[in-house]
Amino acid sequence: MGNKILVLLEQRNGQIKKASLEAVKTAYDLSSKLSCESEAIVIGNEIDNLESIGNYGINKVIHYKNSDLQNYSPSAYSKLFGDYAKETGASIIIIPNTSLGKDIAPRIAAKLDAGLAMDCISLDIQNNEIIATRPIYAGKVLLDVKLNSTVKIFSLRPNVFTAAMVGESKAEIASVNVDNPDLTTKVVEIKKSEGKLDVAEAEIIVSGGRGMKGAEHFNLVEELAQLLGAASGASRAVVDAGWRPHSEQVGQTGKTVSPTLYIALGISGAIQHLAGMRSSKYIVAVNKDKDAPIFQIADYGIVGDIFEVVPAMIEEIKKIKT
Amino acid sequence: MKIAVCVSHVPDTAAKINITGDGKGIDQTGVTYVVNPYDEFAIEEALKTKEKSGGDTVAISLGGEANKETLRKALAMGIDNAVLLKDDSYRDSLSVAKALAEEIKTQNAELVFFGKQSVDFDNSVVGQMAAELLGYNCISVVVDFKLEGNKVIAEREIEGGKEVVETLLPAIITAQKGLNEPRYASLKGIMAAKKKVIEEKPAATAANFVDVVTMKRPAPKQAGKIVGTDATAVPELIRLLHEEAKVI
Repeated sequence: MGNKILVLLEQRNGQIKKASLEAVKTAYDLSSKLSCESEAIVIGNEIDNLESIGNYGINKVIHYKNSDLQNYSPSAYSKLFGDYAKETGASIIIIPNTSLGKDIAPRIAAKLDAGLAMDCISLDIQNNEIIATRPIYAGKVLLDVKLNSTVKIFSLRPNVFTAAMVGESKAEIASVNVDNPDLTTKVVEIKKSEGKLDVAEAEIIVSGGRGMKGAEHFNLVEELAQLLGAASGASRAVVDAGWRPHSEQVGQTGKTVSPTLYIALGISGAIQHLAGMRSSKYIVAVNKDKDAPIFQIADYGIVGDIFEVVPAMIEEIKKIKT
Repeated sequence: MKIAVCVSHVPDTAAKINITGDGKGIDQTGVTYVVNPYDEFAIEEALKTKEKSGGDTVAISLGGEANKETLRKALAMGIDNAVLLKDDSYRDSLSVAKALAEEIKTQNAELVFFGKQSVDFDNSVVGQMAAELLGYNCISVVVDFKLEGNKVIAEREIEGGKEVVETLLPAIITAQKGLNEPRYASLKGIMAAKKKVIEEKPAATAANFVDVVTMKRPAPKQAGKIVGTDATAVPELIRLLHEEAKVI
């Protein structure tokens, strides 16, 4: 069967995001296994270094361009993307599962009447068919699915697939100026959380729980996070108590994360929290209660008082950083 | 104005989830079901919008008899009417969206709230799909919502910040935690909800494109080592992270 893969590249401020490179490399792997073509689409204005995605395995990119498309517009982006997918006859569509990807993927699925598997952590090929694995119940269960539609859409969880270079080549860019994009729904402003890394994108996360004993003690969490170039996270209990903003919440009603290192401070490890961070590569827990469930999944633990242990950690890390 | 809110009935987030013997579904034994947490924010926003701009509210749920519990909760919180689209069978997201879109059309709802995702299958897609099928505008993962005439101004959460998004009615909004504080049902509300009739009709049929191959548990993580029981263990912990794990 003649498959054709189309990958959505996401740009923010003219920069291609890392999750998109992961998607390109994954599409490259699939296209070699399924012996089919692959290409990419990007929507935006000026984009830096777009040719370089050739290094990750895709050599053909269509770039829809208009100064009003610099920021995300759900209506314009999904129309351009959906129409192009039809025009080019894509049968497999790969989308990074970022906030933009999550918003656009279902719109494309509805436009193309296509099956959709969101937030995949692996795409395996069995008998020439793609089997996608995706965590459900916030990671308590892994679900394998197969799509039986003509067009199949997969979104990939960031930080799970690798974005390795496969060679050196410059992608061929077809630039198309868009006249009158459909801006019925559009982003008019972006409010950045000043100087803060987001837990969904961070390599290291330092999270605090009820054991921090009050909003006023989170400077310890933040100091450690800053020292490690990490994002600060929080448990549901402290978000519900109003100590921390919801954007920091890790767990089933917050964000599911897979950083390289997750440091849990004063977090006992409720089932909904563990579900959201158990796929972290290394987990460190500091908690007074030796029976806290968090120790059952931690690689390294200290049973002790966070108010003594964390300042000591800060001192010790400063030593190795100098 | 007609305001609809779509709600789902899901296992409590504190529930331990076990897989059935055939690996195709979830063992229901001992699992408590609740209103999908994000849908509570959707219900609250529908009520707030009605209080401010007037109109009628209706809650719609697709599923089995048990979903009535969730619809009753919506009624108890103050939603005017409830519709159950009956279907006990497995449906993928697009098939759910098609049935809900049909009902939204029947209800002639101009503004529809969804939770941003159901905490069972975690797809986070049905609201956007329904909007696309209906030709409605849609803003997902919303933490702030304003309606000025027929103009919608919402803030949606993105990596490291928020996007302020504008659009027009008719629209679908998917609610993220932080949008509001859902109210508790009053005793009066609970009593009134018991007397209300939940309208029942079969859900519109639609094909499934997503086949379940199997469900499995994630590989268990081995408990690691307890490095120590006070601050004196810190140098060893940092050494392990630096030299063994090589993560700092």
